[in-house]
Amino acid sequence: MHNFELVKPTTIADAVQALSGEDAQPLGGGQTLIPTMKQRLAAPARLVSTLGIAEMQGVCTDDHGRICIGGATTHASVTAETASTFPGLSGLAAKIGDPAVRNRGTIGGSVANNDPAACYPAACLATGATIVTDKREIAADDFFQGMFATPLEEGELITEIKFPVPQASNYQKFEQPASRFALVGVFVARFGDGVRVGVTGASEDGVFRWSAAEEALSGNFSAEAVSGLSLPAEGMIGDLHGSPDYRAHLVKVLTGRAVTAAS
Amino acid sequence: MTNVSMTVNGKSVSGEVEGRTLLVEFLREGLGLTGTHVGCDTSQCGACVVHVDGKAVKACTMFAAEAEGAEVKTIEGMAIADGSLGTIQQAFQDYHGLQCGFCTPGMVMSAAALLADNPRPSEAEVRSYLEGNLCRCTGYHNIVKAIMAASGQSVEPVAAE
Ligand SMILES: Cc1cc2nc3c(=O)[nH]c(=O)nc-3n(C[C@H](O)[C@H](O)[C@H](O)COP(=O)(O)OP(=O)(O)OC[C@H]3O[C@@H](n4cnc5c(N)ncnc54)[C@H](O)[C@@H]3O)c2cc1C
Ligand code: FES
Ligand code: FES
Repeated sequence: MHNFELVKPTTIADAVQALSGEDAQPLGGGQTLIPTMKQRLAAPARLVSTLGIAEMQGVCTDDHGRICIGGATTHASVTAETASTFPGLSGLAAKIGDPAVRNRGTIGGSVANNDPAACYPAACLATGATIVTDKREIAADDFFQGMFATPLEEGELITEIKFPVPQASNYQKFEQPASRFALVGVFVARFGDGVRVGVTGASEDGVFRWSAAEEALSGNFSAEAVSGLSLPAEGMIGDLHGSPDYRAHLVKVLTGRAVTAAS
Repeated sequence: MTNVSMTVNGKSVSGEVEGRTLLVEFLREGLGLTGTHVGCDTSQCGACVVHVDGKAVKACTMFAAEAEGAEVKTIEGMAIADGSLGTIQQAFQDYHGLQCGFCTPGMVMSAAALLADNPRPSEAEVRSYLEGNLCRCTGYHNIVKAIMAASGQSVEPVAAE
């Protein structure tokens, strides 16, 4: 690993200042970034840690009833703090990686990374969440632009994510047993005005909304409503863990299970 | 180089580190506490699990400077004051929860974190909590039995046996 300067600000303002330097990058829990740096796939000159910034920690509810989660909140804290207010999201966070990963990894780091098999992006898309940075607010529908691609600019910091809370929701993850990421993961969210379905792990274009299922489920919120649908295998990820056909099939099965578990 | 200070197994320690110095390097090479193992160095195996402020973390996936001011506990801190084995360690010995022993420090530290949170876990909860701890000797059944015993529960023949 190349050496770098580690900075540990305690306010967003100081973090933004530190990130304005050349080759500076945020450090969340380091659960993705540290392995990446060991492989020399990243070599920042300065890392700006978010874990000491109190205003980026924790969960609260805003005036619109949205659950707002600080960008540096760990997966373990999300699990604990949303258990009664947003069980669908709490259940998702509880299944990320393993306990040690959940004690360090942060929601901001996960969303910024936009790994095609990461869990949170499915929840962000399925709820129509808003990603808040030090510069602007970005709708989830505009944020996830394909594998590892986001509109974040260099040094832009995710300070908070705001989730509209569904009436019912559930995340089903079919684990890739070696990495413990999602081979396929489906988040189903039912709102008063319709249903949204976010799918991760499956597509070569990264996380996506399955609109045919959304339409069917908005009329009839039951597993049978999706049982007759099929998803084209074209554009699905194929690797030694699962073929494109297999992943397409899993999306349907997991969507049905998520609906059953949510209702 | 910067100076970093923390409490390790109840003792105040400090040393010079680079930004990139991992917590596990500081423990093993800086302090000579070689009980914490590096199995993979890619965040997958859990051999390096230690507690930082009471929470299980992978010491290969955290920088030493991030532990500034923290309370760190390693496998060396698990023995009782008179030097005899702690409850979890003793249970690993009694139930043959180790073969080569390489994964054992991480297993014991993960088990301790689990039991601190959940003093009487079910077998399924033990298995789920150990998801990030890999045993190359594949002695999982006995590891699970040891943890059930350490939590004061009866040790039934475990699933899949
Ligand atoms: C063994 C293992 C299993 C895992 N399993 C899963 C899983 O099942 N599901 C899953 O979703 N993830 C999984 N992960 C990934 C884990 O959730 C990471 O914690 C997460 O992807 C990155 O979060 P982090 O806080 O560790 O970010 P870091 O590793 O610190 O950073 C990742 C990237 O995000 C940037 N960044 C960090 N914070 C911010 C911020 N606030 N604003 C803008 N950019 C930021 C960094 O610069 C870097 O580019 C796993 C990881 C491991 C090691
Ligand atoms: S050595 Fe840290 S997880 Fe394997
Ligand atoms: S006892 Fe050998 S790796 Fe677990």
